[in-house]
Order: sequence, then structure tokens, then C-alpha cells
Amino acid sequence: MKPAPFSYYRATSIDDAITALSGADGMAAVLAGGQSLVPMLNLRLSPVDHLIDLRSIAALSRQEETPEAICYGALTTHAAFEDGAVPDGTNGLMRYAASHIAYRAVRNRGTLGGALALADPAADWLTTAVALDASVTLTGPDGQRCLAITDFVVGPYYTQIAEDEIIDSVVVPRRSAAERWGYYKVAPKVGEYAKSLAVALIDPAKASARLVIGAWSDVPLVLKAGASALLEGVKQHDLAVIVQNELDLKMPSLSPAERRLHTSSVVRAAEQARS
Amino acid sequence: MNRQQVTATINGEHKEFLCEPRQSLLEVLRDELFLTGTKEGCNDGNCGSCNVILDGTLVNSCCIFGVEANGGHITTIEGLSKGNELHPLQQTFLEGTGMQCGFCTPGFLIAASALLDENSEPTEEEIRHWLVGNLCRCTGYDKIVKAVQDAALILRERAL
Ligand SMILES: Cc1cc2nc3c(=O)[nH]c(=O)nc-3n(C[C@H](O)[C@H](O)[C@H](O)COP(=O)(O)OP(=O)(O)OC[C@H]3O[C@@H](n4cnc5c(N)ncnc54)[C@H](O)[C@@H]3O)c2cc1C
Ligand code: FES
Ligand code: FES
Repeated sequence: MKPAPFSYYRATSIDDAITALSGADGMAAVLAGGQSLVPMLNLRLSPVDHLIDLRSIAALSRQEETPEAICYGALTTHAAFEDGAVPDGTNGLMRYAASHIAYRAVRNRGTLGGALALADPAADWLTTAVALDASVTLTGPDGQRCLAITDFVVGPYYTQIAEDEIIDSVVVPRRSAAERWGYYKVAPKVGEYAKSLAVALIDPAKASARLVIGAWSDVPLVLKAGASALLEGVKQHDLAVIVQNELDLKMPSLSPAERRLHTSSVVRAAEQARS
Repeated sequence: MNRQQVTATINGEHKEFLCEPRQSLLEVLRDELFLTGTKEGCNDGNCGSCNVILDGTLVNSCCIFGVEANGGHITTIEGLSKGNELHPLQQTFLEGTGMQCGFCTPGFLIAASALLDENSEPTEEEIRHWLVGNLCRCTGYDKIVKAVQDAALILRERAL
């Protein structure tokens, strides 16, 4: 099958893209890596009258470093993270996450901004961004606004991006050098979307720990009780009980199998972080 | 239907063609330019049989529109050999039976050549990780991985 007809426009700047978006009659969408949008168009899952290609906008591929954070232009590809071609402030967590997204041909095109804009609950970057307290900068006709990732994502495939806005960049705070991380993805086949995805971060010296579970039917969840237990050094079996109780409270809709699956991935991420 | 003009360098040759924005690069290569070596397996990014190299990077041509390639440089399987001289990968796939029906082979060859361009001495694990997006339903991956290792060796020896 091929997509229904649409017009194609290669935007030359961020302003140009926003003008094209605001001026379009009918449904307009921006195209980044196309690694979700093109298959969706091929399957006619996503109706579009006008496609505005962002890939020629150099400003969207920039990276900027400050002492506190690194700002990645929306077009930064998964492969750029995988190859260590962009700065990293996460002790290698983003590099690891990127290299486990899909396949090399997909990672060469797919972008951080595109992945967050899609907000597929099973996507690697979404759970990672929540774990890392990232924020998303949006640009529209009235200028820029910056949203914490948890405010940016409203629900599965549902974000705060207005019709005439694009993601400009994603800001990821630098982690402490002593912090350790764990990343546990359960997928039926290497490179597929996760069935369960957990990220753990722990820095005992700073008394900070964070546990996030993603790839369930809703947006990623921050597990506070689990994180405190991780910090206290609770043994694996007891940690599993605490995590399971917390999941029961926050995700009551899980089937028994899903509950076990998510508990295991959280515990394994936690064990990886403190090993 | 509104067709747009696209200019690209394909296998070293300057090409100009018209295509609809909704035509994938894969469809353009096969149906407009008759370069039918590139195969369509899934049309959604999962099998790698449509692999080509666009501006130096490996891509699935089914997940890119032809218009996106405007101004680009593309290598397809037709451009891998130098005239009648096979690329070392083609040679080792032949000699080591890295193929049976051959449907996945153009994709594997293009993907593997992109790997060897970046990494002249990949480990078995690196080869497997790189080729995980290429599906083969008949040969079995061991022979394919071995053929890539053998080709890497030939290329390294040539570079000495
Ligand atoms: C075979 C296959 C396997 C995959 N496996 C995984 C996986 O394991 N894990 C995973 O996380 N992902 C996976 N993906 C998805 C992949 O990571 C995509 O790259 C990503 O979801 C979308 O990024 P993109 O740049 O390709 O966006 P596009 O496909 O271009 O766009 C996606 C959506 O975001 C919008 N958009 C894009 N950029 C912007 C922007 N700057 N501002 C506003 N809106 C924007 C588009 O309009 C569209 O609605 C897979 C994809 C394929 C084809
Ligand atoms: S046809 Fe393109 S990846 Fe399968
Ligand atoms: S040789 Fe038949 S699919 Fe690979």
C-alpha cells in the first residue's frame, strides 16, 4: 500500500516551518526522520495533506553545552548518540539507550525530537527522558516555551505540542559523575519496541535514586517507594515486593503476567545500577 | 497528480526524475528508475531488504520518500561491484553460500558494506548487532556473518 496523496515542502528555517504549519489548509505534519511517520503513512494510519520536512534546518541538529545541562536539537539522531558523536552528560546511559532502538538503518534517520513528539509509550527515549528529568523546548508563532517532560507528555501518543508548534530541542540535565544507571528492556526481538522498559539511577553519595517504569499502556511512571528502597540498599527479594506493591497501587489495570514482567524489569534495572 | 522534480546521484550517475511526494525512495528506485535489485519485503522498516546508502549512511528506502533524496547521493546494490569485478562481500557471499533464494541478499550486502566502510575490523558481535535489521528466511545467519568476516579480511589485506 502507499500513502494517500499529500504535498511536500522542505522547510529552510524554523520560522519557515512554523509559517508553513500555521498557513496550511487541511492537516499538516512535520517530517523528521520519518521512521515512524512514513510507515504510518504507508499503512494509511495517519492522514496528512501537507508534509513539512524539517531535515534541512541546520539549527535543529545543533547541540549546546552548559555546566548544568546539554541541549540537543530535535533532529539529533539515535545513531549520533550511539556513536558518541554528540556530548553526553549521563555517564553513557543515552548512548546505551540509543543503541537499543530498532536497527541501524532506522537509527541513522530516527530523531530524538521525532520520538518524543510521537510519545509512543513503548519508545526508549520517552522512558529515558522521564528518568533523566529532561525538558522539551517548543517553538511556535508566539515564541518558545519549555516544558518538563512529564508535563509535555499528556498520555499515550498525546503531547502538549500545538498544531503550529515544533519541538526545537530537548534539554537533558547533567548527572553526577558518580551516579550509576541500569537500563532493562524486554523485547521479543532485539531492536523491537519494548514490552517493558525500566531505568534506574543511583548516586549514594548524593542520596539520590530514581526508578522509572515504561512501555506499559500509559506514559512512564516514576516509582518513589522503589527508589527509596533502592537507596536504602534493600535486598533484591524485598525490593521486588516493594516494587510490586507500588505497581499494584499505581497500575491497578495490569494483568498478573504484566505485573510480574514489569516488576522483573524494574528489579533488574535496579540491580544493574547498583552492581 | 502533482509530481516533483528530483535530482540525485545514483551509483555515480547523475539522475533527474519526476515523482509524487508519496512515493517511497524504494518505489522510485524500482518503478521509476527500474533499479529492481533493491527489494521490498515489509515496507515498514522491519526487514532491511530495501537497504540503500544515502549520503553515506545506511537507510531503509521504504521509510524515506523519493523527494527527500533530492540533491543526495545514493548507492544501491547495482552500484556495489566495479563493472564485472565483484565487491569482496559479493564474492564471499557466493563462495560461502551466504544466500539461498537471494531475496534478502541485496539488503545484507548493502548493510554489510556500510558496516565495513565504518569499521574495517568488526567483531562477530558487532556484525550481528549491525545486521539485526536484516531478515533472512532461508540461509541462516551464521553463513552470512562468516561471509562478512571473510570480506572484511580481504578488504584489510588489500589495504596493506
Ligand atoms: C522497524 C522499526 C523499529 C523501531 N523500534 C523502535 C524501538 O525499539 N524503540 C523506539 O523507541 N523506537 C523505535 N522505532 C521508532 C523510531 O525510534 C523513530 O525514529 C521515532 O519513533 C520517530 O522519530 P523520527 O525522527 O523518525 O520521527 P518522524 O517519523 O519523522 O515523526 C514522528 C512524529 O513526530 C512528529 N515530529 C517529528 N519531529 C518533530 C518535531 N521536531 N516537532 C514536532 N513534531 C515532530 C511527526 O509529525 C510525526 O507525527 C522503530 C521504528 C521502526 C521503523
Ligand atoms: S522493505 Fe524496507 S525494511 Fe522491509
Ligand atoms: S536467502 Fe532467502 S531470505 Fe535470505
